[in-house]
Amino acid sequence: MSVPERATDIRAAVAAGELSAVEVCRAALDRIARLDPPLHAFLHVDEAGALERAARLDRERPADAPLLGVPVALKDNICTAGVPTTAASRLLEHYVPPYSADVVERLERAGAVIVGKTNCDEFAMGSSTEHSAFGPTRNPWATDRTPGGSSGGSAVAVAAGMVPLALGSDTGGSIRQPAALCGVVGLKPTYGRVSRYGLIAFGSSLDQIGPFGTSARDVAAIFGVIAGHDARDSTSAGAAVPDYGAALTGDVKGLKVGVPRALVADGVEPGVRAAFEASLDALRDAGAVLSDVELPHAPLAIPVYYLVANAEASSNLARYDGVRYGPRPDAATLHDVYYHTRARFGAEAKRRIMIGTFVLSAGYYDAYYVKALQVRALIRRDYDEAFARVDLVAMPTTPTAAFRLGEKTEDPLQMYLADVFTVAANLAGLPAISVPCGLTDAALPVGLQLTARAFGEATLLRAADALERRLPMRRPGAGSI
Amino acid sequence: MATVLSPADVDRIAALARLELTDDERARFATQLSAILAYADQVQQVDTSTVAAAAPSSDSRLREDEPRPSLDRGLVLTQAPAADRAAGLFTVPRVLGS
Repeated sequence: MSVPERATDIRAAVAAGELSAVEVCRAALDRIARLDPPLHAFLHVDEAGALERAARLDRERPADAPLLGVPVALKDNICTAGVPTTAASRLLEHYVPPYSADVVERLERAGAVIVGKTNCDEFAMGSSTEHSAFGPTRNPWATDRTPGGSSGGSAVAVAAGMVPLALGSDTGGSIRQPAALCGVVGLKPTYGRVSRYGLIAFGSSLDQIGPFGTSARDVAAIFGVIAGHDARDSTSAGAAVPDYGAALTGDVKGLKVGVPRALVADGVEPGVRAAFEASLDALRDAGAVLSDVELPHAPLAIPVYYLVANAEASSNLARYDGVRYGPRPDAATLHDVYYHTRARFGAEAKRRIMIGTFVLSAGYYDAYYVKALQVRALIRRDYDEAFARVDLVAMPTTPTAAFRLGEKTEDPLQMYLADVFTVAANLAGLPAISVPCGLTDAALPVGLQLTARAFGEATLLRAADALERRLPMRRPGAGSI
Repeated sequence: MATVLSPADVDRIAALARLELTDDERARFATQLSAILAYADQVQQVDTSTVAAAAPSSDSRLREDEPRPSLDRGLVLTQAPAADRAAGLFTVPRVLGS
């Protein structure tokens, strides 16, 4: 039989003996070899390791393996023991981690086959994957456009059908924004739901690992595997992990969905707005109850985010000093080791380190950093008040569809505004999902973002699944890839 | 507070962050960082008298500070650009200048 598109169908076929894990793995590797050269979703394909692993699964046939034989790609800021992990940075160009991230151990226990590492903005800092030190990734819907970012490679690997599932990380929208721009489902979990152990740190109070897939059902399957407590992450949550697949009943009758009309009134391009309104109609037709909500401090989310995230980034990136890993330049003194090593940061990483260093420096700390933390608390309070009245908050994931390569690289502030609707969920620590909800006139995908209460991922997935049944997902067609 | 950064300010911040900037980066960052900070200045206008600067996680717990197994030293040193593997040490050039 041919390899099914969806992870849940692949798993069923492998478990039933209709396909071997090796056949599935070879099919994925063939698609990567054929499709990746013009798209550049992958930084490293672990062909030998993946085939060896698949062969072992075929021999051992482990029971109770919810992702048995399913090929998965990982963003290259997720550590894989023995497999290069660069965070798309020259600082980690030849780095091979001595340990694996918690999510990698969980995927292996679940029978998944990790096929490779995907491109991203350097250290996950960006919204287009153009800040990768190893060249940009292209959008499979229109190869002159970016896939979004920072997890652009993972979004493209799934959108182009190279793998059914991939993991990314989301600090201010880095899963949801590329998911929207590439027409796939992307989930940013509640802060603490997925262990950050082995995720290369960017903004530690904001970072979360999460999945990309082509359906809510596939995303639920991998999310149930990666979620859960890990003692190696001090902010890992202890809450029990429900059966996310069981939440996909298709029933959203009576579900209360709030729409922050004032927030989405301006700056949303017409094609995105039309798809957004159509998705709200679909939810209403399915029995959801829509109302307006207010998030008065949400317009401040971008400035607050770029103060908080960059402060944390400047601290986290201080570890790249050329002593413990990474290439060492010629240097006569330790001082020169630091400077010559850190000269390898790309322009965006340097900009963010500079902003973060400035807002944490003497004389500016209270005015910028502490003030930003206070406004962050107000943003969180807005959501608490909204969730006293509604179950979900709906807005477009992004203000525009995919933009062209080079369009925003010279104006960092314009690039930052691509995250205008996504950053608030990170600041508030809440789970949020992007679901494909239509195409613009230019045949570019649009995403609907739903945000839920903390640990409300089952509700997000239920609503995403219900929407999917009414607005079938489309894949990139002929003429693109 | 309208914060405008001069090239000298940029040099001061770069020194704190141990970043060496090219002339082009110094000029460009003075403009770009000023624009980003001007945009961020809108947080100054917000009334925050009702909130404390909050920690993000409501679910942090403490553990005993006890030694536990960690990564193998030899394995970690395989990634070091320079190391004395027999002694189990990272090595660096001299710390003091001439």
